[in-house]
Amino acid sequence: MTEFDYQLVEEAAKETYIRALCDLPTDVREALKRAYDKETNPTAREIFKAIFRTIEVADQGKTLICQDTGLPIYMLKIGSKFPWNGYEIKTRLTTGAKRATQEFPFRGSSTHPLTRINPQTSVGEGLPVIHYDFVEDSDCLEILMVPKGSGSENMSKMKMFYPADGVSSLKKFVIDTVFETGANPCPPGIIGIGIGGTADLVMKLAKEAIVRPVGERHHDPQIAAMEEELEEAINSMDRGPMGLGGKITTLAVHIETAYTHITQNPIAINTQCWPARRSRARIYPDGRIEYGY
Amino acid sequence: MAVHNLTTPFTDEMIHELHVGDTVYFDGTLFGIRDLTQIYMFDQNHEPPCSLAGMPAIHTAPSLKKVGDRWEKICVGTTTSTRMERFSPELIGTYGVKAIIGKGGLYNGSLQAMQQHKAVYLAIVGGSAALETLQVEEVEEVYWEHLHPEALYKFRVKGFGPLTVGMDSHGRHLFEEVKENTRRKLPDIYEKLGIVE
Repeated sequence: MTEFDYQLVEEAAKETYIRALCDLPTDVREALKRAYDKETNPTAREIFKAIFRTIEVADQGKTLICQDTGLPIYMLKIGSKFPWNGYEIKTRLTTGAKRATQEFPFRGSSTHPLTRINPQTSVGEGLPVIHYDFVEDSDCLEILMVPKGSGSENMSKMKMFYPADGVSSLKKFVIDTVFETGANPCPPGIIGIGIGGTADLVMKLAKEAIVRPVGERHHDPQIAAMEEELEEAINSMDRGPMGLGGKITTLAVHIETAYTHITQNPIAINTQCWPARRSRARIYPDGRIEYGY
Repeated sequence: MAVHNLTTPFTDEMIHELHVGDTVYFDGTLFGIRDLTQIYMFDQNHEPPCSLAGMPAIHTAPSLKKVGDRWEKICVGTTTSTRMERFSPELIGTYGVKAIIGKGGLYNGSLQAMQQHKAVYLAIVGGSAALETLQVEEVEEVYWEHLHPEALYKFRVKGFGPLTVGMDSHGRHLFEEVKENTRRKLPDIYEKLGIVE
């Protein structure tokens, strides 16, 4: 096998960041259209029209949909047959995110947590966020890029319930969170829910939930039913687009789960705004890169 | 629900006609302000170098580039307003700002100032920076340049909107009304989901 060119990872890291910011995934566009068809509130319908116009303007000019270019998150799926050097991949993802910021150029949003100094690179200590998983019988490296803006990320919540609190407390937590966060996460977006795992894993599950394409249900029918039930309940709250009233408060509720401790009952919510941005690249050992959502 | 096409400056009479739920588009001057702009104004006592009276102010940290002496737009978007509640009554009362534009709304102090001084809160569609940027015709001035991207900006805009009147000069607060309406629905929603309170 010829040596893998890690420059491809850097290019894909840069390209997916820019694509994610300018080109909304097809499933999100379709979900917004379906939502508009169901919406009856006149103010809400005006908001949907502005959303469609925004998407159109961004398509025509290859411009940013939203000014909040977010913090870069790269979710990797590493094929079992992919010849990989993890450290090199991490370095290239970091450089790619920085190059996207400076070469496009767009506003870098990363900042030191205490001094608040912004290097205008979108990266820094601990960034980009890199999640990874390993996939059987694949020779490809999949990079899913998610630029996460603060309007929605600031509305994240997690809680360690007790087993005695049951499933009903989890449902209440979801409803109460949507009620409290109201207009802030730029609804109607995706409500990502993690259930189970540990304190760190549960929030990672919620993050995985927001990147699932809208329209796909969880493979476990029990979880899928809970998604549908919560979606229906949230869309009966009449908070509406941008919290100004209307039938559609969310495009989708997605839940991801993991086994947890016998004494634990954790839940996390990660909200995603209506510009539910993401971009995917698949890199093969022969140098091919396939882009998608 | 009425649609209003306005031109700046806004008069008391124009503001009086605006009611929550109405849609507004406007042409003319738009000032850009943010957290730091207002900390500089109000906490550090710097007088704005131009009059804001009768004008709308939007909560933004724009991406601009400087070409020679001129500033060109890259991306102008809107941020969450509640962080800037503390400054808003004074912005309206002392400096005569007639419309605050942002997302998420403001609180009661601002609502009272809006009633007293005839002003409104106009809610923009969050996340729609591409559209806003298109509607900004020119960046006319950047005051307090050292604060960029949280300086004081003077934009010229055309057909800026749609904006929803979220808080009006008659004491109505649409965000709060919608929230209260949802609060009344919660017991039924809990029951349907089998939630025991």
